[in-house]
Amino acid sequence: MSTSIIEQVQVKELVARGIVKQFPGVLASDHVNFDVHSGEIHTLLGENGAGKSTLMKILYGMYRPDAGEVLINGTPVRFHSPLDAIRQGIGMVHQHFMLVPTFTVAENVALGLPSSRRVVLDLDIVSRRIEELAKTYGLHVDPQAKVWQLSVGEQQRVEILKVLYRGASLLILDEPTAVLTPQEVEEFSETLRRMINEGHAIVFISHKLHEVLALSDRITVLRNGRVVDTVLAADATKEGLARLMVGREVILQVEHPEVTYGDVRLAVHGLSANGDSGLPALRGVDLEVRASEILGLAGVSGNGQKELAEVIAGMRSSTSGQVFFDGTDVTGSLPGKLLDHGLSYIPEERMVDGTVRDFSVEENLILKDHHRQPYAHGVFMDFTKIASESDRLIEAFDIRTPSRHTPLKSLSGGNIQKLILARELSRNPSVLVAAQPTRGLDVSATEYVHRRLIEQRSAGTATLLISEDLDEILNLADRIAVIYEGRIMGIVERGNVDVEQIGLMMAGVSEQTTK
Amino acid sequence: MNQRKMGDLLPRLIPILAVLLALLVGAVMLALLGTNPWEAYRALFIGAFGSTNALADTIVKATPLLFVGLGICIAFRGGVLNIGGEGQLVTGAIAATAVALAVPTWPGWIIVLMSLSAGMLAGAIWGGIAGLLKAHLNVNEILSTIMLNYIAVFGMNYLLRGPMMDPLQIKLGSFTPQTARLPRSVDLPRLIPTRLHLGAAIAVVLAFAVYVLLWRTTIGFRIRTVGKNLRAALAAGINTKRYMVLSLLLAGAFAGLGGAVEVLGLHHRMFTDGSAFGFTGSAGFNGIVAALFGQLHPIGTIPAAFLLGALLTGANKMQRVMQVPSALIGALSGLIVLLVVGSEIFHRRQIRRADKRNSELEDAVDAKEDS
Ligand SMILES: Nc1ncnc2c1ncn2[C@@H]1O[C@H](COP(=O)(O)OP(=O)(O)OP(=O)(O)O)[C@@H](O)[C@H]1O
Ligand SMILES: [Mg+2]
Repeated sequence: MSTSIIEQVQVKELVARGIVKQFPGVLASDHVNFDVHSGEIHTLLGENGAGKSTLMKILYGMYRPDAGEVLINGTPVRFHSPLDAIRQGIGMVHQHFMLVPTFTVAENVALGLPSSRRVVLDLDIVSRRIEELAKTYGLHVDPQAKVWQLSVGEQQRVEILKVLYRGASLLILDEPTAVLTPQEVEEFSETLRRMINEGHAIVFISHKLHEVLALSDRITVLRNGRVVDTVLAADATKEGLARLMVGREVILQVEHPEVTYGDVRLAVHGLSANGDSGLPALRGVDLEVRASEILGLAGVSGNGQKELAEVIAGMRSSTSGQVFFDGTDVTGSLPGKLLDHGLSYIPEERMVDGTVRDFSVEENLILKDHHRQPYAHGVFMDFTKIASESDRLIEAFDIRTPSRHTPLKSLSGGNIQKLILARELSRNPSVLVAAQPTRGLDVSATEYVHRRLIEQRSAGTATLLISEDLDEILNLADRIAVIYEGRIMGIVERGNVDVEQIGLMMAGVSEQTTK
Repeated sequence: MNQRKMGDLLPRLIPILAVLLALLVGAVMLALLGTNPWEAYRALFIGAFGSTNALADTIVKATPLLFVGLGICIAFRGGVLNIGGEGQLVTGAIAATAVALAVPTWPGWIIVLMSLSAGMLAGAIWGGIAGLLKAHLNVNEILSTIMLNYIAVFGMNYLLRGPMMDPLQIKLGSFTPQTARLPRSVDLPRLIPTRLHLGAAIAVVLAFAVYVLLWRTTIGFRIRTVGKNLRAALAAGINTKRYMVLSLLLAGAFAGLGGAVEVLGLHHRMFTDGSAFGFTGSAGFNGIVAALFGQLHPIGTIPAAFLLGALLTGANKMQRVMQVPSALIGALSGLIVLLVVGSEIFHRRQIRRADKRNSELEDAVDAKEDS
């Protein structure tokens, strides 16, 4: 790493000892011991809110621990900010990307770094170096491309390039695969292997057990801020890990009982809409979902799934076509009217469309029904009822929060998702649009959500399940529709699924419909 | 736990510290002008609190600030900025005056109710126009409310120099631009034998009503949701445009009522010196300061308006007693506004920084700031 911009040490070994971090009402790290050395992938596993991100943020200098010490190559270090950590050769890729969409890849990578030509930009040098790095690690991306043109997977590569460019030898990757497609995960694993071959050390966080087993050398399981065990991946099994995380047996596959389908509840005819960039994202989509049916929408992200969900939920206007709820044309209706029709919506962008950061857990739980019984009588809100209902939902959906008054923003990612699910599913919807409902959830929460989705199905809800996790769709859906570039490539019945064929349709190859 | 309490207390103290700092800087300016700052501030203090009359004047001065400030609390919580307090005060006052003069022989309490309602309605319309423009035509509310201030002043000058001018003034040939005195039956009752009138009590009661509105009703819940996250509010079924309009409309209604109360409680007629200031004394702007000073909380705005009222009253007296140039008083209150608002912004940034540190965004922002 001779060309690295900042003078850095190579992290041979990082050891954290007795780390303690207390948040109001939660002990997020409880005397945690953790270590990682060059040439290995050490995975952190744990339920939502177990303290994984907190521990990583401590290693990256974003939080200061209340007690404990961090040693790099045997020397104790103290970080006051991420800048200190970066200087010590530590880099972190966060779950939510932090790129500037209107900048090019090279500009994003160079952002915040001194130019080798002082006041004159050295983007040509940066580009060349990016290409070098990309070749070494298989991180293919065009340095000249604008970030907004990139797929999620490509953006992630840029994030990793950024960290590598800064010369990091220890990489912390917080749930990097949550947003990747299966093919992208393959490429991503390849990149990680190259990095450890080059002598990097990697800390990896994921809730997907098969990935964890395939990628890691060692696995440390956290529960309630404490280390439960550190095991060799070679000796571990999915079931064993799930048990360590949760403290009980977890059923990894839900039952899919026989039901009789009812009438069509949600119908979409010839629907077209534009994406954020103003270009067509949906091109004449036709779909029907019956009562007691889960229609799975499979596809590589960015092929119109988000736009479809938003149009149905009243959050985006269509350019042509119609949406029907129970036979009523609701095209162009405001979400308020759709809610009255019994719509529940689990948005992909949970922090933007699903919650209010500055509101409390309780206020977020009642967001959609604040004006209905039992939360309100006339215009006055009933805080006793709100309190008891909130506590019930927190309990039922196992939302880990110190109290119902805690501001939403201090919940862990997975717990925010659980809160949205609690709110949307407890409304007993007649139509449910669920976009990536288990993204970022741990195994037991995923199991619970799957069970609830099946329960809603039995109760007659018509569900449109949008997911990039093909296993999830195969598990839950009665029929599977595949979307590619805003068109439905085909719809497959649960009984005669050919995974190969679905894969091809996702890639836009075959356009034949299997009925 | 202790640390948390300290952490909660400090932000509340910041505005006070800002005022003290402003007074300190003011002291230096006074000293440079050859006035004894200690004497000057003594005059200010006595002027604001030194006698029953002084105290009453302070409260009278604070009353319109509180009315406007309450509206500002609602608007800010709803995510809109209302710079139109001046215009809303003026339209409210004109409407109240016109109604009271139109039916002078009716029973007093009926005219009072009608007149106050008219003021409130006029202010609501004035605020609501800005709301409609923002919600439906995407016109920035800061610009539209400022424009509406001008329109209100032009309207006022036209009416007071024309159709609403006091017939007596015309007969005497002096043509002072003011209306006739309102019938005595509509004078708001005095609370104590000073200038202190019922308006102050109304404002305080309304502060509690605004608190209930914002935190105890579905309407307030929606206003706050729209203010915090527009898209989440929309997804939650809230008609975001309607609530945007409502926030500005309510802000206008409170200011309009404030204008009506000024007429019925204090001036008993409408007059103009050609600008809004002549009638409002800049209450439309100072109300914003009061609300910020009160942390955008209606109950907090009560003491904030009182303190600001004291400062304005006391400064007036100080000017007369100490013969300091009036420009200095202006500079002093400007300084306080600057420091209070500045400290507020500073404090918010600190909170945001702390949030950012927690929310994984920090180094992205740092990177952007560095570049
Ligand atoms: N800034 C904060 N303020 C208060 N509490 C916090 C803060 N950050 C995290 N917590 C709490 O600490 C605990 C651990 O959170 P953390 O984000 O580390 O969980 P996680 O293991 O990363 O979970 P997930 O899988 O859901 O991302 C949670 O209970 C969370 O509510
Ligand atoms: Mg996390």
